[in-house]
Amino acid sequence: MQFLSDNSDLLWSAFLTTLSLAVASGVCALVLGTVLVGMRVSPVPPLRGLATFYVEVFRNTPLTVVFFFLFFGLVYVDLQFPSRFVTAVAALSLYTAAFVCEALRSGINAVPPGQAEAARALGLDFGQALRTIVLPQAFRTVVPPLGNVWIALAKNTSIAAGFAVTDLTAALQRLANVNADQLLAVFAAVVLGYLAITLPSAWLIRMIETRVAILR
Amino acid sequence: MTSRTAGEPLVRLSGVEKWFGQLHVLQDIDLTIDRGEVVVVIGPSGSGKSTLCRTINRLEPIDSGEIAIDGQRLPEEGKDLARLRADVGMVFQSFNLFAHKTVLENVTLGPVKVRRQPKADAERRARELLDRVGVGSQADKYPAQLSGGQQQRVAIARALAMDPKVMLFDEPTSALDPEMINEVLDVMTSLARDGMTMVVVTHEMGFARRAANRVVFMDGGRIVESADPETFFTNPQSDRAKDFLSKILNH
Repeated sequence: MQFLSDNSDLLWSAFLTTLSLAVASGVCALVLGTVLVGMRVSPVPPLRGLATFYVEVFRNTPLTVVFFFLFFGLVYVDLQFPSRFVTAVAALSLYTAAFVCEALRSGINAVPPGQAEAARALGLDFGQALRTIVLPQAFRTVVPPLGNVWIALAKNTSIAAGFAVTDLTAALQRLANVNADQLLAVFAAVVLGYLAITLPSAWLIRMIETRVAILR
Repeated sequence: MTSRTAGEPLVRLSGVEKWFGQLHVLQDIDLTIDRGEVVVVIGPSGSGKSTLCRTINRLEPIDSGEIAIDGQRLPEEGKDLARLRADVGMVFQSFNLFAHKTVLENVTLGPVKVRRQPKADAERRARELLDRVGVGSQADKYPAQLSGGQQQRVAIARALAMDPKVMLFDEPTSALDPEMINEVLDVMTSLARDGMTMVVVTHEMGFARRAANRVVFMDGGRIVESADPETFFTNPQSDRAKDFLSKILNH
């Protein structure tokens, strides 16, 4: 245990990096995914096509490839992110947004079509009907699948370790290399770090789920 | 509520055609509805009567022909269509109350979001309307906590809150338990008495006799007969209408 407390600074900052990667990417992915799903269900064919194209590209590209592209490919078009952390957040957000979009779309499909019809019959335009009637109900039914997306995202942050972002997995590599005899302790510490993020999330998701459940 | 031309019908459908794939659901429909008129549309299942009702606020787009409300042609899509729909109240067979909003919020939503009324005004008016349809004490409940009959009366209040020029009822009692049908029909009858322009698709012949100015009988996507209720029920002209009436009125 001596060794863990010796390295507590590294572990703590690595934990915070992982947590902020997950939270920042989660928020961005939620916003982008919501915009995408709005486009995907809109009555405007070019918007629908664009969103579908986006989802298919990012859902079917390995996350590591997305990281590679943002870290090494973008320089060819003279683009550069301000830091490695931001680049990692961008990669995670772009990738996860595709999954958020599809989770939300399943929720939208689960809202009875009569709800949108009633909204339109009252004189709400497409955007208003989506924002005030359809999406609030869709969000409630997608809490469990969005929870899955969030937990997957929290673990996907580990790919950033391969791109010189010092997150928990990078800390694992570094500490394991120099303390081979303490390998199990290092593993335990890092796994606990991930669990500290994902387990409370699972509880929170379950709580939100019962809180927002709607009567039908 | 500005009337554009005196004597102009409030709703005019001319030469309306609609297909669902191979199925010709509306065939050359001509129909005019005057201000204050109550038109009941009846007919067998699949005759196109619900579709007809839903074309009037363009929940169903039509393939050809023209529909005008208060002298204004139905716009294709977008803001203009939304504005026009705000003037047309609609009551659905399955109520379609917003499940995540309270009864009161269901009724205030249109006035606040579409008419931009102050929330307090909209709530005062909503409570009046809910009292009028007899569900004032349910204002803070969610739709699923209400009976079908109560939900449908809330749906009527929701439509009335927009001060519509015309109200469309698409089989408003077909999803209700028999003992709840009358509480909804009573509200509709009193609306008719108050001079609301109404298009009602229904199987309730009693309501048609009691409240309608005109009965429109549809079959196979066409309007087969159109007459005042007394004439239609006692002396139908077409064989199809005679056959239909003999089946439903004998028991």
